[in-house]
Amino acid sequence: MESLLSVRGLVKRYAGVHALAGVDLDVCPGEVHAIVGENGAGKTTFLKILSGALHPDAGELRFGGAPLPLGSPRASESCGIVAIYQEFTLIPALTATQNIFLGHETDVAGHGAARRSAMRTRSARLLGDLLGDTAGSGGVDPERPVRELSVPERQMVEIARALSRESRLILMDEPTATLTAQETARLHDAVRRLRTRGVSVLYISHRLEEVLSVADRVTVLRDGRRVETVAVEEATLDRLIRGMVGRSISERYPKEAGRAGGTLLEIRPSDGLAVHVRAGEVVGLAGLVGSGRTELVRAVFGAERRPDLAFAWCGRPVRPVAPREAIRLGIGMVPEDRQGQGLVPGLGVDVNIALPNLDRLRAGWLPARGGPRRLAEPLIRDLRIRLADPSQPVRSLSGGNQQKVVLAKWLARRSRLLILDEPTRGIDVGAKQEMYRLMNQLIRDGKGVLLISSDLPEVIAMSDRLYVMRRHRVVAELDARGASPETVMAHATGLRG
Amino acid sequence: MRRRLLRDYGSLLGLLLIGAVLGLLSDRFLTASNLINVARQVSINAIVAAGMTVVIITGGIDLSVGSTIALAGCAALLAAGPFGDAVGMATGIAVAAGVGWLNGALVAWGRVPPFITTLATMTVVRGAALVLTNGEPIVRSEGAYLWLGQASVGPIPVPILLMVATLLGAHWFLSRTRWGTYVYAVGGNAEAARLCGIGLAGIQILVYVLGGALAGLAGLVLAARLSSAQPNTGVGFELDAIAAVVLGGTSLMGGEGTIWGTTVGAFIIGVLNNGFNLMNVSPFYQLIAKGAVIVLAVLVDQLLKAGAARGAVAAMPAEVSEDRRLAR
Repeated sequence: MESLLSVRGLVKRYAGVHALAGVDLDVCPGEVHAIVGENGAGKTTFLKILSGALHPDAGELRFGGAPLPLGSPRASESCGIVAIYQEFTLIPALTATQNIFLGHETDVAGHGAARRSAMRTRSARLLGDLLGDTAGSGGVDPERPVRELSVPERQMVEIARALSRESRLILMDEPTATLTAQETARLHDAVRRLRTRGVSVLYISHRLEEVLSVADRVTVLRDGRRVETVAVEEATLDRLIRGMVGRSISERYPKEAGRAGGTLLEIRPSDGLAVHVRAGEVVGLAGLVGSGRTELVRAVFGAERRPDLAFAWCGRPVRPVAPREAIRLGIGMVPEDRQGQGLVPGLGVDVNIALPNLDRLRAGWLPARGGPRRLAEPLIRDLRIRLADPSQPVRSLSGGNQQKVVLAKWLARRSRLLILDEPTRGIDVGAKQEMYRLMNQLIRDGKGVLLISSDLPEVIAMSDRLYVMRRHRVVAELDARGASPETVMAHATGLRG
Repeated sequence: MRRRLLRDYGSLLGLLLIGAVLGLLSDRFLTASNLINVARQVSINAIVAAGMTVVIITGGIDLSVGSTIALAGCAALLAAGPFGDAVGMATGIAVAAGVGWLNGALVAWGRVPPFITTLATMTVVRGAALVLTNGEPIVRSEGAYLWLGQASVGPIPVPILLMVATLLGAHWFLSRTRWGTYVYAVGGNAEAARLCGIGLAGIQILVYVLGGALAGLAGLVLAARLSSAQPNTGVGFELDAIAAVVLGGTSLMGGEGTIWGTTVGAFIIGVLNNGFNLMNVSPFYQLIAKGAVIVLAVLVDQLLKAGAARGAVAAMPAEVSEDRRLAR
């Protein structure tokens, strides 16, 4: 079949370094084409060139048989290429309909009220088509302000906006990073419906299982080069990972068994099972998104008040009412939202690591000069945080390295219990492996780890013991070695227990 | 790093440029006595702006400093009458710090946005100054306090010394103490700061108290220079202070900014005022020109930043390539 998009020898250099070193790629009409690769493999650079946000240094791009104008987002859009980024580009105060037609209102015939009503009908139609609802708008009210819509609903509005502009290729960069399993399934249904309409999708994701379920073909990038493009029938997890990291990973979850010591933390809720975490073990907290896992650990950390929970630390009843108090007890938390809650992006790596430790960095009553750097340097070395300079802003690091900075804060504090909330979300395979090794290191050093993860195989494999939550209650305690994903899901959804 | 140099020294370059032009246009500008005169005129705004910088770095703003200047001067001279100058000055500073505490408490505990809080206290404090004085100036032409505004140590007038001490102190606070680091952290990401065990309310109250107290100091200097306190003084001073902070490259979004930048910003405003006066420009035109220069400076800064951001993107994959090297 004639390709919709044909890329030949695409090169992009930054300061002499190749981000893309001659990539070829073809996308057929109505094809879902996935691109996988580690962070830095060039996936996002590739998308940015297609969407016109970046100008390539060399290479030929043809779209629909004609050369694609380069380096202009407007030109790419008018050719029919639209990118949907992780950060939404919708205006929160405007309705879904207004957002869908923003800047293109005059494409709709009529004037005043007639045009508004035509737009409403069309946006309801677009949303209904996407969500497989032939009669209505798929449960998304096109007249509600976008700020009142959920994340997956906003995504649908973005896609509907792309369709309203007759897009032929939609670029999606990690579209499921913040979605639950059900929401992901809904998005994938929508992607499949796009395919039947003849719209092509270029799909970037770290979640390889997802890629295998939704894509027609998969292209693996490594170090700015194409390793291979395979039809999804021939692709396996192992093959993709081998292509991405250039070697096979012997064990996906290199878990070392813990040697549990004394009890560090006990959580006794007024309703449901009690939770305890001992030194030298990883305790997993599984459950659906919204089952109250994050709220529970935030209460442990004093970031949220929960009068229905009683806590004991090393056998002593405690009630942390502020993070400061939990930190003093010896608890550290790596929050779910790394950028929004874990780091001060504009401050240096060393200052971020020193932030919870500044009260200890003193010479007399004056702060020690160069203290943050001295504190941070050994941790940057031990955790292998890759950077040019310890004082460079933490926002310039990759996701995996940022996650290590958040962890380093608490290692510097010598926290005895670490709460890790979705520690591997949005980081690539290699960085995940390092995070697992660090978790092994933590329990070897006699620390306790409380792990939340929505990645079910991961939380089962990396935990020694497992609790399952449903509707804000802890409903089951399992030995992680004997647990299967099916058992955990049964408890999490209420089919059992 | 290069971006920071460019930005900090960019505004300094602007100041030197304005100075050079004025030096060419007027032979009186580059004389020692005139430069000391400029510095003395700048001193009050610089003292206020130092506090404003700290407030703005947390993502706040303090519109009440102009009124606080008036209230502090009036309270100080009223108390100085019966109790002596030392008690009077202490009262002035304490009242100003109290206004700051009220601002901070409303922002931190009441969750009232800083703009609204300080807009309200701006009028309340102005009213308090008028009530306290019945709207009449308080003249006090003798007393030790006049030293603050009228004396010199060697050739250097005391207000300049106070300004230098304030700026050095504020710089030390922001760059060398842990509370200074907390100020940047709160402005950069309040939630992350809280989860690091930093007490948000404490930092917010601290910065407004600091801003209020420095406005109080400025009020005392002003009263000492005029030998009197006036309840109507200081109108619009908050805008000059904010202008100095912004000219210095501090972001109104919080999280970044330096005292050094604010110092340069305050001097740009002061040198412009002085230059216009030397050249007998009508005060009406002065206002227009001053506004234009502020917009122009921020515009140039934005252009530089956009350029630097492009540079930063270009530099980013250096880290990525490092990633690759180590992955092998």
